[in-house]
Amino acid sequence: MTPAGSMDEGLRNELSRQGVFVVKLTDLYNWGRKNSIWPLNFGLACCAIEMIAASMARFDISRFGAEVFRPSPRQADLMIVAGTVTKKMAPQVVRLYNQMPDPKYVIAMGACAISGGPFKQGYNVLKGIDRYIPVDVSIPGCPPKPEALLHALITLQKRIESEQFAGPNPAPRLARGAPGEYPVPRLGAHDIEPPFNPEVWQPPKLVREE
Amino acid sequence: MEPLEQLRARAEASVPGAVLEIVPNACPADPPSLRVDPGHALAVAWFLRDDPQLRLDYASNVTGVDWPETVTKEKARVKRMVDGVVKEFETVVEKRRPGFLEAVYHLYSMELKQGPVILRQRTGDRDRAVTVASLTPVWRGAEFQEREIYDLYGIRFEGHQDLRRLLMWEGFEGHPMRRDYVEPDDYDYEPTPHADVLEKARKHYPAPPAS
Repeated sequence: MTPAGSMDEGLRNELSRQGVFVVKLTDLYNWGRKNSIWPLNFGLACCAIEMIAASMARFDISRFGAEVFRPSPRQADLMIVAGTVTKKMAPQVVRLYNQMPDPKYVIAMGACAISGGPFKQGYNVLKGIDRYIPVDVSIPGCPPKPEALLHALITLQKRIESEQFAGPNPAPRLARGAPGEYPVPRLGAHDIEPPFNPEVWQPPKLVREE
Repeated sequence: MEPLEQLRARAEASVPGAVLEIVPNACPADPPSLRVDPGHALAVAWFLRDDPQLRLDYASNVTGVDWPETVTKEKARVKRMVDGVVKEFETVVEKRRPGFLEAVYHLYSMELKQGPVILRQRTGDRDRAVTVASLTPVWRGAEFQEREIYDLYGIRFEGHQDLRRLLMWEGFEGHPMRRDYVEPDDYDYEPTPHADVLEKARKHYPAPPAS
């Protein structure tokens, strides 16, 4: 008996002509998951307006099965961090992420969610949500167009489609020792503490060319 | 709109004891403003809102200004006796102006379609005497803006019913919009820093010792 996935292509085609479809259970499962991604219904700044535009009739995110914006993190698969994350808001964003059930994904939408954007050197804006939670897809732009959000969603769908649950390359969240939830930062006297989660993100090293 | 001098005289006549000062603005485009002492600010504000010729019923903007202590040097001529002869000397006189904080209100009248009248309140200094009168009882829209000024500049508003920080969190120390605010050293690497950011980069990553 051949292992699943290594079925002869000719035999598979012949069977499908006869009305018998042979797929791996993993593929079927991923196919179902990728076509019903439920995003968490929350927006932080102007990028959220573009996210709303993407969900309306003109761009219509429901073509990709992601129109069910859930108001509760318990029912959501995808967190779209759409906008500026202030330091005051960061603990709540991390807490919402912790409250989402696995499997869960994060899209960082726009310059602010990726790096702090134009507010990076300010006193009250987080320099990127990837300091606390793992980000799957980042969308550059200020703000990104709805098409860019759709592109990110399709990118995420491709990733979900190729996810493995066993074998040599399982999904990162299934790895042994992967954290179930991420530490929520505290609001300190001048900054949030810690300023980043070293297990998720490390500051880039300065390379001097002198 | 009546001239500011006339407005000031009427306000002083209406509110006994109020001391109002017309503060000129160095910028040619900006109109001069009216400075009121915090003790009578609320009464003057009620007058500005209810006076039938003014009806300033809308506070479009409330903001804070930080004026740190400045030392200006001015040249002055001094006469002195030298060997029985009076001679003139040029000396440099240092003028020290103590620091203070200001809350500035921009007032318009929706009813009479006029404005703005700019009202200022000044604190005694920047550390201890930082209390001015809250004008939220007169203009409800000033509530959040006074909270923001309290948060970012540290002016306390006497009579504000809910004076909490607005943008920063409870437990945050300092007032970020003050000129002498020292932010935490949280710079991280950028490929092309410039201007102020480059200065931050140099401070954060001191140059390696020459080998």
